Order: sequence, then C-alpha cells, then structure tokens
Amino acid sequence: MKENVFKKIDWLVLPLIGVAAVLILWQISCATWAKDLPTPHKTWETSKPYIVEPFAKRGEMDQGILRFTWYSLILVAKGYALALIIGTPVGFFLGLSKTFTKIFDPLIQVLRPVSPLAWLPLGLVLFMGAGKNASELGALFTIAVCSMWPTVLNTAVGVRAIPQDYLNVAKVLKLSRTKTLFKVLIPASLPYMFTGFRLSLGIAWLVIVAAEMLTGRPGVGGFLWQEYNSLIYEHIILCIVTIGVVGFILDRLMSVVERRFKTI
Amino acid sequence: MPFLELKNVSKSFGGNPVLKDISLNIEKGEFVAIVGFSGTGKTTLISLIAGLLKPSHGSLMLNDLEITGPGPDRGIVFQNYSLLPWLTVFENILLAVEAVNPNWTPDKRKEHVEKYIAMVNLTPARNKLPSELSGGMRQRVSVARALAMDPQILLLDEPLSALDALTRATLQDEISRIWSQDRKTVVMITNDPDEGILLADRIIPLTAGPGATLGPEITIDLPRPRDRKEINHSARFKEIRRELITFMLNSKSERHTSITKKLILPDIEPEDLDRPPRFFTGRARPKRASEIKEETVEA
Ligand SMILES: Nc1ncnc2c1ncn2[C@@H]1O[C@H](COP(=O)(O)OP(=O)(O)OP(=O)(O)O)[C@@H](O)[C@H]1O
Ligand SMILES: [Mg+2]
Repeated sequence: MKENVFKKIDWLVLPLIGVAAVLILWQISCATWAKDLPTPHKTWETSKPYIVEPFAKRGEMDQGILRFTWYSLILVAKGYALALIIGTPVGFFLGLSKTFTKIFDPLIQVLRPVSPLAWLPLGLVLFMGAGKNASELGALFTIAVCSMWPTVLNTAVGVRAIPQDYLNVAKVLKLSRTKTLFKVLIPASLPYMFTGFRLSLGIAWLVIVAAEMLTGRPGVGGFLWQEYNSLIYEHIILCIVTIGVVGFILDRLMSVVERRFKTI
Repeated sequence: MPFLELKNVSKSFGGNPVLKDISLNIEKGEFVAIVGFSGTGKTTLISLIAGLLKPSHGSLMLNDLEITGPGPDRGIVFQNYSLLPWLTVFENILLAVEAVNPNWTPDKRKEHVEKYIAMVNLTPARNKLPSELSGGMRQRVSVARALAMDPQILLLDEPLSALDALTRATLQDEISRIWSQDRKTVVMITNDPDEGILLADRIIPLTAGPGATLGPEITIDLPRPRDRKEINHSARFKEIRRELITFMLNSKSERHTSITKKLILPDIEPEDLDRPPRFFTGRARPKRASEIKEETVEA
C-alpha cells in the first residue's frame, strides 16, 4: 500500500530530491571554496524582481526575464528557420546524389565541429556593411550555420533509407519529379527529417547565448554577460536556469511533434 | 506477332547469373502462370518485364516496342504489396489513377477509384491506412491499384503467397472473375502449381537456379469456368500437376548432383602443444600454412 503511493508520486519526488541535493551542494560550496558564488537564497532575492514581473521593461538591458527570453526566442526562430530552409534541401540533394555527397560530405564533416564562437566573428565581418543590423545578421548567420548540420545529415540519411519498393511505385506510375518529391520522397523521409529538426533546435538554442554574449544584444545571453560585467552574479544563475528550462521545453515540444510523424 | 516477347533474356547481378536464356511469347488476352522455387529469380523476371531492371543479354518487346523502362502500361502487383503507408486505400489508388489519366476531372477520377475499391470489396476500408489493414486486404488494394491503371498487361508477383489458404482461395476466385470480365493479358508468378493450373491458360516452370531458365510449357486445356472443388477430381488436372511437379523436382535434383564441391583444406598448421608457453606472450598463435616459408638455406 505504502509502496503504491510512493510509486504514484515518485515522478515528482525523485526529481525534487535531485534538485535538493544540488541546492545543498551549492550552499556548501558558497560556504567553503567558492566565496564569490552567491548563495541560493541571495540568488532568489536578487532575481525576484525579474521573475515576479517577467515582462517588465525598465531599460534596454534591465527587463523581466521572460521578456529577454522572448527576444532570444525570436532570434532563434529566425536563425532556425533559415537553417531548415537551407538544410533540408541540401540534405535531400545529399541523399539523392552520390556525386553530390562525394563533393560536399568532406566539407560538411570539417565545418560541422566548428564552434559558434568561431563562426560569429566571421558573421560580423560578412555583414559589416549592414551597419545597425550587422549584429543581428551576424547572429542569425551563426545560428543558421551551427544548427543546420543535424537537419542536413538526418534528411540525407532519411532519403537514403527510403525503401526501393516506394521508389519502384513512383517509377511504375511514372510520377513527375514534383509528385515523386511530395508524394513519396518527403513523406518517406519525414520521420528522419524531424529527428534532425529537433536536434537542430537544440543547437540553435545553445548558440543563441554565445551569439548574444558576443554581440551584446538584449536577450537572456546578452543579459547574462552584462550582469557578469556588472558583478551581479546572482543573475548569471537566473539566466542559466532560464536557458536550461526553455531548452528543455523546446525539446519536449519537438519530440511530441517528432513522435507524431514516427507513427507513419 | 506476340503481344509480349522475351528473346534470350539473361540477367546476372555482379557476375552471378540469376536468369539464363529466357524466351517467352505471350499473346494478347492470355493468362500465363510461371511457377518456380523460392529465390530462383521470379521477381527478377517480373522486374525485367516491368522495366525496373535491364536485361544483361537479350531483349524484351511489348507490342513490338522494346521495353526500356517502367511505365503505367504494365500494371504490377508487387510481391510485398508496396502500398505507400502514408496514403489511405483511396489515396493509394487515386495516386495511380491520377498518374495514368492526368486529363480526367477530379469527379471522374474519384468515381473510377471507388469502382475498383468496390471491385475488391474494400469500400468499408477506403479511408484506412495500409497499416490498419490485414495482409489480404493490402493485397487486394494492390490488385485494385494495378487494375485501376487499366494497363495493357497485368504483372502479378506471387500476389497471394503471403495469405492463408482460405483467403487465398477467395482471392484466386476474385482474380479469376476479374480476368474473365475484362480479359487483360496477365503474367502471374506463383510458387503454388495448383494455383497456376486453376487460373492460367498456360503454365511454365522456372527451373531451379542459379541461372534459371524456363522449362517446357504446359497448356491447360481445362474448360472454364473452373471450379476448385471439381477440378481436384479431374484426371487432366492431376496429369498436368504431376507433369509439372516431376519436371520441377527433376530440375532441382539435377542441380544438386551437378554441383561440384571443391574441397579446400583449412589454411592452418597444427599447434605444437609440447613447447612450453612463454612468459608474457604466452603460447605462439597457430601458424597459417601460407605464412610458413621454406627458408632453410643450403650450405
Ligand atoms: N538487386 C539485386 N542485386 C543482387 N542480387 C539480386 C538482386 N535482386 C535479386 N538478386 C538475387 O537474385 C536471386 C533471385 O531473386 P528473386 O527475388 O528474383 O527471387 P524470387 O524467385 O522472386 O524469390 P522469392 O520466391 O523468395 O520471391 C536471388 O539469389 C537474389 O539474391
Ligand atoms: Mg520474389
């Protein structure tokens, strides 16, 4: 009986135990080796105005945490959209053509591990002529370039994995290229594509922080960097937690969508 | 002039012969069955006629034109159904109808599709996805799709082999009924001699592979419509069946005796167990015969 009750609520209790353990470790660290680290309580006190009024706007770099998150999400959405718009067709070509793969695969494998911190300066240089928009365009470039690869590679794998039977149907019916694409190739590789989309979103969100930190744009990442420079360390932790929670929610949402397409 | 003509067709995959020297003439409106053991190249033969594969040698002519690629003039029922799993029964057939009749109005296409769904008794399942259907139902969709294309020739690759005996009998009757209705030219692959004899005008055995070829054809002169229960007692049926099976079994046993086995000794030398194992490296691994070189130099 007792065991049953515990089984029912352990999905809530067990994660809370984990959180409590981290809080205790944190508290101990503050007291011992990390004297500059704000305590959990102090962090909460200092962050409170940003959490209870999440959409407040007191100044360019002094806004509620969700307002900052919103800015970041918009930037991510744009960069991510760009990544999908470019990455999906590239993936399709890679999947369809062996020659295309031979030409571009080595290049992709080399570019893929390059860190966003390395891409961003290049992005800024590329769009230097854009004046006021340079930082936004540079950030978008970085997000798109870094988050594109999972979409490219998974789409390519998905297209290569299309069973010959489906292609034979298209051949026997002499379907036009567009029809083959929309009735056979895309539906058949959709599950793989969505796996790519989900991984790409994770990376896009990872990159936003670096992009904002370096460009000083308003957003969670920009706020984090500014507060570090203003010695308000509590807000660093607030930002980290926010970034983590938002990333988690995005991943959950995408995996729901992904699972919907897996059933086909 | 035959409607479909195969002239000395051979097919090998990367040097492995699968089909050898296949010649076959089929007249318009004929129902021809080809029987063969599993893995002998029946699907390969159908794919050649469908134009999905190119022959290594020889030529295939349909209506006096060389077959160079697949096309909707040859409706094919694939062995594994090959329905698109993201389309419903209706949409799967509609895709074929649209492809073949691009000029029809949407209403006309819809009506046409409904007609063929009804023909295979699937109207209640018209909006289901293939994954929601039983094997027999999928097979019927596949047959309906091929028929709805109104092809000049119908290629059936073991259309019923995945089904249980009862469903199989029902669908055999259905195929027989459909064929007698519009007398399409049919090439049916089967692994069941009885099925072939029941349905076809001619039955041709495919010898056991590799390098399978067509055996002597048997004309099935049993009167139509053929009743499966009566036919079982017909002397002619039994005769055809015996002839066919004897030929096929012989072709298989000939194969067996003709395989020359070359005995290859393992490339390894006996291990010397008397030598004590060395510290750290242990006993030396056994030597391959090909590694041991005679290196004793004559003084
Ligand atoms: N694309 C291919 N590449 C290489 N070998 C192939 C290919 N397709 C078929 N084969 C080989 O050709 C032989 C005949 O295959 P096929 O599928 O035509 O047999 P089948 O008679 O249809 O068998 P089943 O009764 O199991 O359907 C097999 O040995 C197979 O391995
Ligand atoms: Mg086969």
